[in-house]
Amino acid sequence: MSDKKAIELINVCRVFESASGNVNAVDNVSLEIRDGEFFSLLGPSGSGKTTSLRMVAGFDRPTSGQILLYGKDVSNLPPYERDVNTVFQDYALFPHMTVGENVAYGLMIKKISKPDREKSAEEMLDLVQLPGFSGRKPSQLSGGQRQRVALARALINHPKVLLLDEPLGALDLKLRQQMQVELKSIQKRVGITFIFVTHDQEEALTMSDRIAVFNQGRIEQVGTPAEIYEHPATPFVANFVGTSNLISGEVAKRITGSEARFSVRPEKIHLSKTDEKFDADMFSVGGKVRDVVYLGLYTRYLVELDGGGDLVVVEQNLKTTSMDVMQAKDQKVSLFWKKEHIRYVGG
Amino acid sequence: MPSKPQPSEERASWFLKFGALGALLFLHIPLILIFLYAFTTEESAYTFPPPGLTLKWFPLALSNPAMQDALLLSIKVASLATFSALILGTLAAAAVYRFDFFGKDAVSFMLILPLALPGIVTGIALRSAISLMHIPFSFWTIVIGHATFCVVVVYNNVLARFRRSSNSMIEASMDLGANSFQTFWHIVLPNIGTALLAGAILAFSLSFDEVIVTTFTAGNQQTLPIWIFSQMLKPRNRPITNVTAMLVVLITALPILFAQRITAGTSDSDGGSK
Repeated sequence: MSDKKAIELINVCRVFESASGNVNAVDNVSLEIRDGEFFSLLGPSGSGKTTSLRMVAGFDRPTSGQILLYGKDVSNLPPYERDVNTVFQDYALFPHMTVGENVAYGLMIKKISKPDREKSAEEMLDLVQLPGFSGRKPSQLSGGQRQRVALARALINHPKVLLLDEPLGALDLKLRQQMQVELKSIQKRVGITFIFVTHDQEEALTMSDRIAVFNQGRIEQVGTPAEIYEHPATPFVANFVGTSNLISGEVAKRITGSEARFSVRPEKIHLSKTDEKFDADMFSVGGKVRDVVYLGLYTRYLVELDGGGDLVVVEQNLKTTSMDVMQAKDQKVSLFWKKEHIRYVGG
Repeated sequence: MPSKPQPSEERASWFLKFGALGALLFLHIPLILIFLYAFTTEESAYTFPPPGLTLKWFPLALSNPAMQDALLLSIKVASLATFSALILGTLAAAAVYRFDFFGKDAVSFMLILPLALPGIVTGIALRSAISLMHIPFSFWTIVIGHATFCVVVVYNNVLARFRRSSNSMIEASMDLGANSFQTFWHIVLPNIGTALLAGAILAFSLSFDEVIVTTFTAGNQQTLPIWIFSQMLKPRNRPITNVTAMLVVLITALPILFAQRITAGTSDSDGGSK
């Protein structure tokens, strides 16, 4: 990874006009993506992340603003004049062509000779671990295999930037986790900048060098996975990325002495059934366990705080069994956590 | 994997079989009669069973100059109407599928209307319009008349194919460096190819045996069906008409069978991206 900028979005807006009023799908977004980075656009559906990606690909044009690809303004170039390639959510393989022809399509358009492009296609299929598949038709492949073909097809042109539009969305959990690891290793091997669109925060946290969190057409925060998770800049990020407890007003005042809204992650909170002593660098609050959910690896408690509000607490089942944790229900408990683990999120 | 509905293993009840057989007979006994009486030795009357069988009507029918002219005219009209329908129908389907525009539903409805309207209405409307514009009734007015309902057939087939194929295929092609023309040639055309062929065959068959609209839009030309119709008034030529009718059945039915084959064969290849 270098400090060179692969992609820059400068004050990009995309307005969709419709009879029922205009929609600001992308609302004044500015963003820099570095050369060689694995960058994720994370957000709920309709947050503008896919529209942003489509504008980088050239399928959509910004209403205003600029898109730079390695310093060159590509805002108004058609897709076939941009040095970026896309892996589509539905893979978009060409059903009338074999896998080999699909992968070699970009080279065929560039008028590379048939033996050369067949050789390159084989190499690409090796890269995505589908050696010997070139003679098959897309309809003969499983979802995961189609996904790999789509990846090979997009990489064969050696684009400067690879765009991935929720490519793992249609796969089952096991396969998805496997592909996450594989995508990351392929990205390291080819050294191409990847821009990855997803609504799955875990996926984004697993794979990305940096993440931009989108909400309602705007970027809420850009940062590394750790920054996004541990220092959410806004209430939206705190809630969308992982589970978070948001506390404000009177309840906040009783805990921290200030009414300012803060967030605290469920796994940072310790739950104690006795009135343990806690250190001065900790916040504490008392409450009653209203609900216990045993999840195998860990247990989730919903604790009703004395004087209103509630907190979600997660504890690993290191020593406890399901019988033990269930007994906590309706018990009085005290909760405490290190002061450094709260984030004031404003709003 | 695309899944095809599997026929049930259960056996149909005798009642269902009987019903199906009855329906088939009801539909096809008249056809069989025409085939049968193409071989009869009688000249004018239909008696059952035919007193004898002969092949003598075949050379007689095929060498009839009026019939040859009519056949040639019908083939020319059907070919031209089909050709223009292929171009107009595909363009219309592409426009309705790709773009959102004001009055899209209305356009879609109006395109399909000529197929649903009674031929007599289309015929009268065309005749008035053509007279109003002072266009002489000719070969070309027949072609225009036939094109109105041929376009629908192509349009419907192509639109259905577009809707079954993934839109991102076109984007994927452009993304990989192909311009609009290359994308059409390498991706769109191969994917709608069988739909075009099926639409063309159906359109050709429709045009080939059309009577009503033709009556209103023709000058003094006689297409094959109209020639057959005029022959019905001459009882002495009845076996010749039957031979010609057989010919029409073959020319129209065989391509339709073929069209069903090719569209059935490709329906699962669209599943590639689902």
